[in-house]
Amino acid sequence: MPELRELYDAILNGDHKTSAAVTREAIDAGIEPMELVSGYMVPAMDEVGKRFECEDYFIPELLLSARAMKAALELLRPLLAASGAKSAGRVVIGTVKGDLHDIGKNIVGAMLEGGGFEVIDLGADVAPQKFIAAIKERNPQLICLSALLTVTMPSMKTTIEAFKEAGVRDGVKVIVGGAPVTAEFAREIGADGFGENATAAVALARQLLQAA
Amino acid sequence: MSTAPIITDGAWGTELQARGLAAGECPDAWNLSRPEAVSEVAAAYADAGSRVVLTNTFRANRIALEGYGLAGQVEAINRAGVELSRRGAAGRAKVFASIGPSGKMIATGDVTEDSLREAFAEQARALAAAGADALVVETMSDVDEAAIAVEAARATGLPVVGCMVYDTGRNKDRTMMGTTPEQAAARLAAAGASVIGANCGCGIEGYVAIAARLRAATALPIWIKANAGLPELVEGRVTYRMTPGEFAAHARKMEGVAYLGGCCGTNPRFIRALAESCA
Repeated sequence: MPELRELYDAILNGDHKTSAAVTREAIDAGIEPMELVSGYMVPAMDEVGKRFECEDYFIPELLLSARAMKAALELLRPLLAASGAKSAGRVVIGTVKGDLHDIGKNIVGAMLEGGGFEVIDLGADVAPQKFIAAIKERNPQLICLSALLTVTMPSMKTTIEAFKEAGVRDGVKVIVGGAPVTAEFAREIGADGFGENATAAVALARQLLQAA
Repeated sequence: MSTAPIITDGAWGTELQARGLAAGECPDAWNLSRPEAVSEVAAAYADAGSRVVLTNTFRANRIALEGYGLAGQVEAINRAGVELSRRGAAGRAKVFASIGPSGKMIATGDVTEDSLREAFAEQARALAAAGADALVVETMSDVDEAAIAVEAARATGLPVVGCMVYDTGRNKDRTMMGTTPEQAAARLAAAGASVIGANCGCGIEGYVAIAARLRAATALPIWIKANAGLPELVEGRVTYRMTPGEFAAHARKMEGVAYLGGCCGTNPRFIRALAESCA
């Protein structure tokens, strides 16, 4: 019988090898996948988020924990799918047109994956049409727009306007983030929310998709 | 202030935009396509009182230029960058060449330390061969990447300024990766930096304390180029509300800084205010 507390610790400490090993043992021992996810893995990521907010953890620790979470989730995903469990939601993420920066977007994407979301990453410098095509083809519930530069912030606005023109805006939630982005700006351009950082983005994604 | 700081320059991107650079266009490419505009920016800063001007080569490493399809022009863009700042400065200012981040992160596996080392070495060699007086590794969020860039720059034999961005944490006194000014000063000095600095960030107010901590952490000269506060959205336009006079007033609170200039939100008027009040 595997010691499941080790799974919690492995994710909290960012040890992806141990998190995969304990998950494998647990699967072999016939433990319910959902018990692992809701009993150990999600609480571990919640603690990671808390430590990030308290500044015990910074971006490197977040990324390591997200990787450990993902390693366990990848082993569980086929079992979860077979048992009819749904992912936390399907997310399309990208850096808006004119902005080539993808570090922030990649961190948010990794944390969303760690949070159990299915993440479709369109990359950087993504034209509104490309987001619209992904909405139509992949049917996501949530769109995450990233920008690092003050000069590319207006591109978030034109992207959301293009969603409206294409008639796809009402079918999805849209959240925005990036160094210069503020809650006020998010409201002004008609986004559904703003993530101050990667852990806030995951909490916001959960909140918006639960309410939907 | 104990001794008068050497005044450096202010923001470049917004100055190029004022001369027609479009959003999403690679500013560094203007070294080849609009050289007169680039040289004008250096001249405007020298006119305002800059005794050190930087170069329009912030993104001119192979990895960052790749995103614009310009990876084949590393040498030409960097050489032109030094020459254009030299021309604009016209003997009034030294030319310290800018080396910015790759835009990729080691921690997410998007770039390896070896490819960073190669990319920064290639850029540093081109800048040194073009006659830069010093190299400035700036706007770094990851001290591992910064240390690699400083080492590569130092290998040219030129003096190297090593600067991080402090914009994270409750007191906005850590890098994005959680590094403190004290830790960064030690790492960058060990990598071969001759000057330790901070640039960009959340505004000059917070950099007064950062400057003091860097000064306490190292005997090396200190370099500060802070932002003019945080941008605000005014009628749909991104605006920095801080005035040159306010910026200079904050700068005067910095003790013992050897090199002083501005970053985002500053322009030649801010440099003139610094030159008049701090020099």
